[in-house]
Order: sequence, then C-alpha cells, then structure tokens
Amino acid sequence: MKQLMLGNKALARGLYEAGCCVVSSYPGTPSTEVTEEAAKYDEIYCEWAPNEKVAMEVAFGACLAGKRAFCGMKHVGLNVAADPLFTCSYTGVNAGLVICVADDAGMHSSQNEQDSRHHAIASKVPMLEPADSDEAYRFAKLAFAISEEFDTPVIIKMCTRVAHSQSVVDTGERVVPEIKPYEKNIAKYVMMPGNAIKRHPFVEERTRRLMAYGETAEVNRTEMGDTSLGIITSSTSYQYVKEVFGDKASILKIGMVNPLPRQLILDFAARVDKLAIVEELDSIIENHCRQLGLEVTGKDVFPMEGEYSQNLVAEKLGVSVSPVKSLEEALPGRPPVMCSGCPHRGLFYTLKQNKCTVLGDIGCYTLGAVAPLSAMDVTLCMGASISSIHGFNKALGKESEGKTVAVIGDSTFMHSGMTGLANIAYNQSNSTVIILDNSITGMTGHQQNPTTGYNIKGDPAGKINLEELCRAMGFNRVTVVDPYDLAECDRVLKQELAAEEPSVIISRRPCVLLKYVKHEKPLKVDCDKCVGCKSCMRLGCPSISIRDGKAVIDSTLCVGCGVCKQLCKFGALES
Amino acid sequence: MTKNIMIVGVGGQGSLLASKLLGHLLLTEGYDVKVSEVHGMSQRGGSVVTYVRFGEKVYSPIIDRGQADYIVSFEKLEAARYVEYLKPDGRIVTNTQEIDPMPVITGAAQYPTDLVDKLEKLGIAVDAMDCLALAEQAGSPKAVNIVLMGRLSKYFDIPVEKWEKAIEDCVPAKFLELNKKAFALGRDYAA
Repeated sequence: MKQLMLGNKALARGLYEAGCCVVSSYPGTPSTEVTEEAAKYDEIYCEWAPNEKVAMEVAFGACLAGKRAFCGMKHVGLNVAADPLFTCSYTGVNAGLVICVADDAGMHSSQNEQDSRHHAIASKVPMLEPADSDEAYRFAKLAFAISEEFDTPVIIKMCTRVAHSQSVVDTGERVVPEIKPYEKNIAKYVMMPGNAIKRHPFVEERTRRLMAYGETAEVNRTEMGDTSLGIITSSTSYQYVKEVFGDKASILKIGMVNPLPRQLILDFAARVDKLAIVEELDSIIENHCRQLGLEVTGKDVFPMEGEYSQNLVAEKLGVSVSPVKSLEEALPGRPPVMCSGCPHRGLFYTLKQNKCTVLGDIGCYTLGAVAPLSAMDVTLCMGASISSIHGFNKALGKESEGKTVAVIGDSTFMHSGMTGLANIAYNQSNSTVIILDNSITGMTGHQQNPTTGYNIKGDPAGKINLEELCRAMGFNRVTVVDPYDLAECDRVLKQELAAEEPSVIISRRPCVLLKYVKHEKPLKVDCDKCVGCKSCMRLGCPSISIRDGKAVIDSTLCVGCGVCKQLCKFGALES
Repeated sequence: MTKNIMIVGVGGQGSLLASKLLGHLLLTEGYDVKVSEVHGMSQRGGSVVTYVRFGEKVYSPIIDRGQADYIVSFEKLEAARYVEYLKPDGRIVTNTQEIDPMPVITGAAQYPTDLVDKLEKLGIAVDAMDCLALAEQAGSPKAVNIVLMGRLSKYFDIPVEKWEKAIEDCVPAKFLELNKKAFALGRDYAA
C-alpha cells in the first residue's frame, strides 16, 4: 500500500517486514521515531535502554541468540556505542544486526556536526545511506540480508532531511526468517587477543568482498544523462542534484558509502567530461576518488559545514537561481526557549541569583544558557556536567566548591551521569550536583527512562529511585526540592554549597507538557499594582511581555505555575 | 511542475497537523509528495518551518529561497522572516497574531511594526487575518492550523469535499465538527 511516511517510520516498517524481533535504543534527535514506530508493532520487542552502548550490546546479544535485532541512535550516540561497535565488527553476527545512526548536518538539535561515515570506516562496518523514505524502508531489509550474508553488523546512516521528511513508500508483508540456533564458538565470539588476532584478517577480507559486492549491487546506481558533467553523490544531496540537473548531468548515486566501490567509480568517470562530488559534511567520497587518481570538484567549492540545498548545489556548480524579495529591516530572531511553566526555569533563576558557575549537560535544560537567564557555563556531552565539576573542583578547591554546581536531567543522569557521580563519591570532591528530575526524557519528545516507572509502551516497568541510588553510592546529603518554590530552592542551594562534603539536590517536578500534568488557570496582571519594574521579565518566560509599560500575560500560553508571582514585590500578579 | 508550500510559525502552534493534512490530501489527489519537518530543540518555542512539495515527481524535500508558491504563516513576524523563500509571484497567507520572541521580551529588540504593509510594498500578495479569533469562534484556539488550511484551500482547484474528507482522516472524530467549522471560517472570511 502506498503511504506518505516519515523516513524514520519507513525504516521501522522495513525492520518489521524483515522480521526484526528485538529493538533497543536510546532516544536522540533525529533518530528517535525509528524506535517509537517499531514499538507500535506487537511482534517486535522494543525498549529504551539507558544509553547507546547498552542498547547496542542488547541488540548484539539478541542477534547472537539467533533473532534479527536493531538499535538506533543519533550521531553522538554512536560515540558512546563505539566500544561494542568496533569489536562486534570482529565477532560478526549470528542473525542479522542492524544499527541506525542519524546525523544532524545543520545542527537542528545537536551539539556538533560530526560525520558518522568515519565510524563506519574506522570500525570496518558496511554503511548504507538512504536518500528518502522508500530507500530507508528498502535499505532496512537489505541491511539484514547483507548482515547475514557477510557476517557483519550493518549501519544505516540517516540524516535530518531523510529521517524527518515524509515521502511515498509502497509497503509489503512481514517475513520472519528461521531462528538461527545459537552455537558456542569461542574462537569467533570471545575477543581475547589470541582469537581477535585471527578475526582481524577475516574483517579485512570481508571488506574486500563487500567492496566487490558494491561494484555491481543495485544499491549503487548510475543514472546517465548529459555526459558533460558527472556527479557522484549520496543521501539527501542526491535529491538536490536531481532537482537542479534532472538529466542534464550524469549521476552515480552511492547507496553503500562504506566500503566505496572502485571500478564502478572509475568506469563512471571515464564516461563523463568533468566530475563533481556532492556530499554533506566531510570529503569522504571525494578523498576516495582522489586516491583513485581522479580529478574532481568537491570541497574546493562546497562547504564542509551545514546542510546543503538545491540552491547551494546550483550556485556551486554554476547554475543560476531565482531572484528573491526581501525586507530591508533586520527582524528579531526567535531562538528556542524553555516552555511556559517549565520546571527548570525556577531552578536556573536561583542559580543565576546565586551567581553560580554552572556545568551543564544535554537536554531541554541546556536552554538555561539562553538570555535572560544565561545560567550555564559549559555544555559538552551526555554526562559531562558531573564528571567535569569534579575536575573543576579538584583543580580549584575551596575557590570553586562553594559556588559551582553541575546540572543534569534525569534521563541524562541514567545515561552517563551515574559513572561521574561514582567518581565524586570515590575520589571525594566537595561537589554539588543538581539532578533536574522532570520525570521524562524531554527534549526528544517524552520518552520513558529507568526513573519514570514506565516502559516504551507506557506499561508499568522497573523504577530506579534517585535518592536511594545516590545514598547507596555514598552521598550523605541528598535533598529534594520543588523548583516552583523559589525560596526553598534558594535556601537548599545555599545550604548545600556551604556543606563540607559532596551533595546531591534533586529538583523534582514533571515536565509541564506531560499529559497527566494539570495546568492551573493563567495568572492575571493587576494593572493598578504593576509599576512596570520588569522583575518578572528576568525569568525569560514566553508568557510574559511588557505592553505600554505594564506586564501582560498571554493567557493561551500561561499554565499558572506562579513562579513569576514570587518575584513581584507589588502583588500585581494574581492567580 | 512542482508546487511548494511553506508552513511557518512558532514551535508548539500545531504546524505538524497542517502538513499532515496537506500531505494526505495531495497524495490522494495523485501527486508525488514530500513533507519536511523539524523536531527536537528548535521546536521549543523557536521559529519552525515545514516544507510541503507536490507534483509529478518531487526530488528535494526542502524549499529553497525564491521557490515557495505559498507561505502559510501562523504568526506575522514569521511570515516576514521567510519572505525570501517566496517566488516573485508567490502569495502569503498569514495569521495576524503577534507572539513576542525572547529578544523582544527581554527588551533587546522591538516587535516590527506594519509588517503586512511592508510586505505588500514589495509587491507581494498578502492574505492576512486574525486566525486566532476565527479559531476561537470555531470553538478552540488550537484550530488556527485548520483556519489557515481553509484559507489556503481557496487558492487550489481541489473541491471542498476533498479537503473535508482529509480533515476527517487526520483529526480525532470528537474534534471533527469544530475543525470543519474552523476550515469554513478561514475559507469564507471576508476582509
């Protein structure tokens, strides 16, 4: 049946039809919907794992047991899962193992713009790169076939524009292959030096066989048109090239970006007058072509950073683009902000008032760095807040201990904050760690995690108690506060910063966007009392603005959290 | 020939339902369709863009500068922000609602004045109306998206019944009447 499908949903459909039985992932934009959609099929066991390394190891275990398995993650997640990836390249698989990694060129929702193709090359694992939803669907099935034929995990590389675009997919039926019984094979699966040494030549030989496969397989295809220009491209860049050139250029569309074919490229190059490479981010196809001795246009004109588009491809390859109309005045920007009633806001306001140095982490609360709160100093990667406050305090001692905090969300804490906390407990820095517990994985769109008590399907599941966990790790000082209560937040923060031992503050209130969270009535401004002092504006709440010198509350946005009311000395804000 | 509709607004205003509706309608009309959305960080009250493209064969999932036949905007400033994406003879359909962005809230910038006039002075056809008021009249401020779809439908040769069928297929049954009313209010609004 023909349907309009999100790339991620199409990939999930491909997993389903390929008979995939086990899915374990950690959410991350733009990869999250693959697993959310897979979870809608009762035939697939799906779960959110605490992090990507765990997810990949779960999927590996399932494939070892003889059933097709999958795990999905965003580009930076593959850094976390790189450890199992590099060695399961050596062990190979039993039933098929497919890994999806979603890159985010343009950094719509990421902290860097790394190109995951490097991971495929470095781990010597084949990588398929779909260019639309239909290919995401078909490549998911193909990936399992390649995985089993070549005894290798296979990576499917998505990008934001493939993952989050809908295009037409013609779906089929689910076919479950027979279970491949698990057989003990120490030489293949126990990667100690004596065995791994023997597996490495297998990996090199496998790459040679995969390269030979890529020379003729349909996954790489030539579309001959005008031969004055030949373009080698892949992923969404292929779509931009087709949009601009149609059949006015010849195209070699690469579907398997690792390993890259040689003869196919040389033959294509021989048929065209000039050769251009169009690939987002790094110059991987281009470098390969140069190694083959080909003269190409690539990153000499195309950027290494950001997303491409049809106009960019046109301009760089000498095709004119339409004129545009524009306003002369500069318009105010509209950066993302914490939602009205966001429980993080009160806590960040308290940190700002106390002039804290704030080592931040990855999540909605990274928006605490945005004006007017500007209450974050660093954001690096998942879990880094806790590990780096320990280093910061070890370096500076008393000078920093009394005014420095780490902030981390509940899901991020489970992902990789716990190990950093173990380090503080073990090596004893006088650090103050704040867990922003909004009882959900917020930024990626409300996924459950080990602290929420529910699984991916919303059914009751195990629930890790953060207070007990921190105490068990050796923290004597664990305090829970309500971030809507500014006075209490201030009192507890001051108390824990002054304490002479490591401490944890749990700032607990569920995300205001959760369906079960009841909203209060919007606040009202008493215009006779409001003097226009703008104290309430210091919160950076999108519900509050100033009109004609008085505060105005947008009743369609305000959820009545009452935090602003606590800042008004004139009693002008009323519940 | 590929036609391009850009849906712009502020994160959380409901643009995903509008693009779902359009995608569904255009696919049943027999077109090749691509819809490109934004998820994640930028959704949190930021400026959001959805691209809808349809025609015999659509390649790129995005719309570039100078290519949009229509910009459908949930908020006035956002209509102005993306004007460079409009074709020289393109049309803007916009809600006149103003939502202050953070730089305006903090006082670092002013909300620009007379935006519709300024856009019209560039020779652009602007169809502007208070969609929030019309949505509230239909029964819910959340129906702004369907009010806008009603307005957009005026410019297409697709019968009203087919739009209504698409609404039926895309919204929960209990909100169907409300949404049909919102659609009609947008379509029939007289300035």
